[in-house]
Formats: sequence, structure tokens, C-alpha cells
Amino acid sequence: MTEMINIALPKGRLGDKVYSMFEKAGYECPSIKEKNRKLIFENPEVGVRYFWVKPSDVAIYVERGAADIGVAGKDILMEAGSDVYELLDLNVGKCRMAVAGPAGFSYDRNNELRVATKFVNVAREFYAASGTDIDIIHLNGSIELAPILGLSDVIVDLVETGTTLRENNLEVVDVITEISARLISNKSSFKFKTKKIVEITRSLESIIE
Amino acid sequence: MKVNKNIFSNKEKAMFALRSLYASHGFSMYRMSKFEEFELYASNMDFLDSGQIITFTDTDGMLMALKPDVTLSIVKNNRHIGNRIIKLFYNENIYRVSPKTHYFKEIMQVGLECLGAVDDECISEVLLLAAESMNVLSDDAKLDVSNLDILTQLFESCNISRETEEQLTMCISSKNAHGLERVCRSADLGPAKAELLKTLVTTYGNPDEVIQKLEAEFLENSLFSFEEKVSFGKSISALKKVVEAFKRAGLEDMLNIDFSVVSDLKYYNGIIFKGFAAGIPDGVLSGGQYDKLMKRMKRTSRAIGFGVYIDSMGKLSKFDGEEVEIVD
Repeated sequence: MTEMINIALPKGRLGDKVYSMFEKAGYECPSIKEKNRKLIFENPEVGVRYFWVKPSDVAIYVERGAADIGVAGKDILMEAGSDVYELLDLNVGKCRMAVAGPAGFSYDRNNELRVATKFVNVAREFYAASGTDIDIIHLNGSIELAPILGLSDVIVDLVETGTTLRENNLEVVDVITEISARLISNKSSFKFKTKKIVEITRSLESIIE
Repeated sequence: MKVNKNIFSNKEKAMFALRSLYASHGFSMYRMSKFEEFELYASNMDFLDSGQIITFTDTDGMLMALKPDVTLSIVKNNRHIGNRIIKLFYNENIYRVSPKTHYFKEIMQVGLECLGAVDDECISEVLLLAAESMNVLSDDAKLDVSNLDILTQLFESCNISRETEEQLTMCISSKNAHGLERVCRSADLGPAKAELLKTLVTTYGNPDEVIQKLEAEFLENSLFSFEEKVSFGKSISALKKVVEAFKRAGLEDMLNIDFSVVSDLKYYNGIIFKGFAAGIPDGVLSGGQYDKLMKRMKRTSRAIGFGVYIDSMGKLSKFDGEEVEIVD
């Protein structure tokens, strides 16, 4: 019997794109395209079992071994500090993690910098490296509103095209890092299913654009 | 004394099986008090996985801690070792913040330490005991071994900042070849050194194949001076000795060489290792040589040890229905 690999995919646009990469790499699972309420899809012939989970939960499924491998954004991995193997940069879902503020913003080091973000740990680490005192404001969405309403001085957020920033008279002050989707693996699964996980990684690598 | 053989939980069976194993190899049981002076941990905070410790002020005003670790106490309490090897095992509850839940947790740890004139034979004995411990707990286990000195020597030859070292170590520990390439580029490391660092990410698994690759990449490389080659040769040879010991014991199938096993370079050196059991998401055993910690604590001798995290093993269904037999 073919060894089964459990794969956690992120729900949504990125997930669809990523699944089509797996399909192209030879790990297709036709039932995944059927319109129904099933949560788990498998193709025993090629030894894969897929399930869709919330993008921010993929790393948890993989770290805790419910999935052997999965696809998660680098932003999620950095924020959670997930203890997983990061096997491949899939080169999709690309954007930047950046600091943005009102156009022409300059930081007065005499005052504590107020930073609004979803990525509390990333922001804390970034500013700690430069010895900057910050007051972190943890928000879950509409981060761009914070500096406009005076809730924060700057934001730390994902920037794709920069359109939302421009339309709200904000601009990128600093780029923290480039973000994209990564193929991750549970460390223990990798030890016991090495051959298959390496085979999937190499197949995906060969089709990355 | 009569004890009903059915009263043992699976966790207790595992714990006693490991203690018997270590005692049968001449290790003595080390008992320690629940509390230690906080100062012991404050001066070696990075050695602990988490910097958070449960503290309280004792009646004499001394700041005390519920022990987050056993190794530091063992080193502290064994001052005059001389030319021998002290072999100890322990079975203690420790108190740490779980990296997953961020709450304090009582963790049962069984482990052993060798302090003193630790030689190749002693290192192999400890690694074989680690492998046998894994076999006690699981029917399908692996032991990943690395030699931290190879990484340290390679870093030294690259002449890079501590920050870059940390970034590279993180990439190696997560098998992140693409991230490693980026760090090498931004640190202006030449392609030859970058390729060698990448070798540490991409080379893992079967010990003989890995050693062959390491010898080809490091010992026949014009990039290194004669002295550098000699020290790489020593580190590779230390790995070879472990592999030979596993072959002699018939345990080579469970041995992998894998550089993604890393430990804090300030405390650990030489052979380090991690045990994995099929179906258990986290490593359940971790250990290595910690001569650098000994030096920091003003000890002149060497040391090696490991801890087994029985709590991570889940239900330990391997022991379901298994009867406990008391033997001499």
C-alpha cells in the first residue's frame, strides 16, 4: 500500500493556487474539486490526503503532527515561531511585511513609538533589534485605520501592491522581510516518511515558476 | 512487600523501565531538592528553553526557584570530579513554560548525565543508552545525531557576525535552504562557503552516506587550510565512532546524521542528538555534550547527558496490558 501523507492546505485563493501546484507535480486528488461539504479528500493511488484549514492554522496542524506537511505564509511562521521544517519557498502569495506610516512620517525618538499590528511578535522583534521603545497595539483587521485615526504612529502589516496604503495617504517606511508561501513539514513525520516527503518537495520544486 | 502488579500506569511503567535500564549500566540515582536558588538559573538563563521560572522568597529572604532543569543542579553539586567519570540518572518533575501553550507546565523528565573524563567510549555508551531508551518507549524510533563542532568550525572560517550565525543556525535547524541562501547573500559570503553551509541542510539520513559526503566536501576542499582540515577531520571522526558503536550494537537502522539538530552554541559542543518516535509530533529525547557549560560553571572536566520527556509520548499504548515483573 502507498504510504499516505496528510497535507494541510490554506483555505482561499492561495490554497487553490497551491493545490493546482500539487496537482501539476503529480499529486492530484480529483474529489477535491467536487462541490460538497466534505472536509478531507484523499487519493490513495498517489498517497495523499488533503484537508483545507484556516491559513493561520496550517502551521499548528503541521507542528502538532495532525498534518505531515502543509503550506503556510512566511508571515504566519514568523509570528508563531513554529517549530517545523521549512522545505521550500513556493514563490506564490508574494508580498512584503512592512512598516507603514502617514506620508512623510519621521520618528521622534524622544517618544515611544505606537505600533498597530496583527503581527505582535514580528513587530516586537524588529524594533528590539534597533533598540526602539514601542507600544504595541494588537488589532485583528483594518490595520490601516489606526494611524489615520491617531490610534498609532505606524503599522506593521502585509503590503501586496501598496494600493490600500496609497489611497489612505500612507506609505512604506521600512520593509521587514519578503513574504511568500512555504512548504512546511512536521519534524517527526519527516523522519518516518522521509522518502515520500522529499519526493513531493522535489516534484514541487521542479514546477516552481 | 507486596504490590499489585496491575496498579502501574503506562507512564510509570516507562519511567521504571528507563530507570532499570540506566541502573543496569552502572548509573546511580541522583535525587535533588524541589527548589534551587534562583541565582543558579539567572546566570545561565540561555541554557534553559524558556527564560521564565517560578520563583518565591524563602523564609530567610533568599529568592528560590522551582527547578526548570536538572542538569545545572547536577553540575553545581558535583565539584570535585577528578579523573573519573561520574555517571548519574534522575527522575524528576521540572517546571517550564510550554512553548506551545505559553503556560507553566509540570514535566516529568527522566535522564542521565556523565561528568568527568568523558571519552569516545563514554559518548558512545550515552548515545546507545539514548537509542535503547527510545526503544523502550516506542517500537519505531529514530535517533538523529549531529556534531555541533562542524557547524562552529565552519562559522569560524566564514568570519561572520553573531547575528548572521544565529540566522544561519535557524535556517539549518529548519532545513530552510532557500532562507540560508538569502542570509548568505546578505552577509556577502562567497558561493563556495554558501554551498558548504547548504550541504549541512541537504545532507542527512544514512550515516555512511552522510560521512562520505562530509569527507568529500570538507576534507578534500582547497578552501580550507591544513589545520582547518585537521579539525573537521576530528569532528567527522567523532561521528564515525558513534556510527561504528551503533553498528556493533546492531542499532544502526535507527541512526540518522542530521544537522538540523542544533543546540545553543554557548553551552553545547561536539555530539548532540534528538530522539523521535513514530506518531509523536515532537522530539521526545534530547541531549549532547556540554563542555562549554562546564567551563562557564568553572569546571575543568567534560560532560554529556540527555533527558527523556515521557509526557510527550502520549498514551504509551505500547505498555497497554504489559505486566510488570520485578527482577533482581
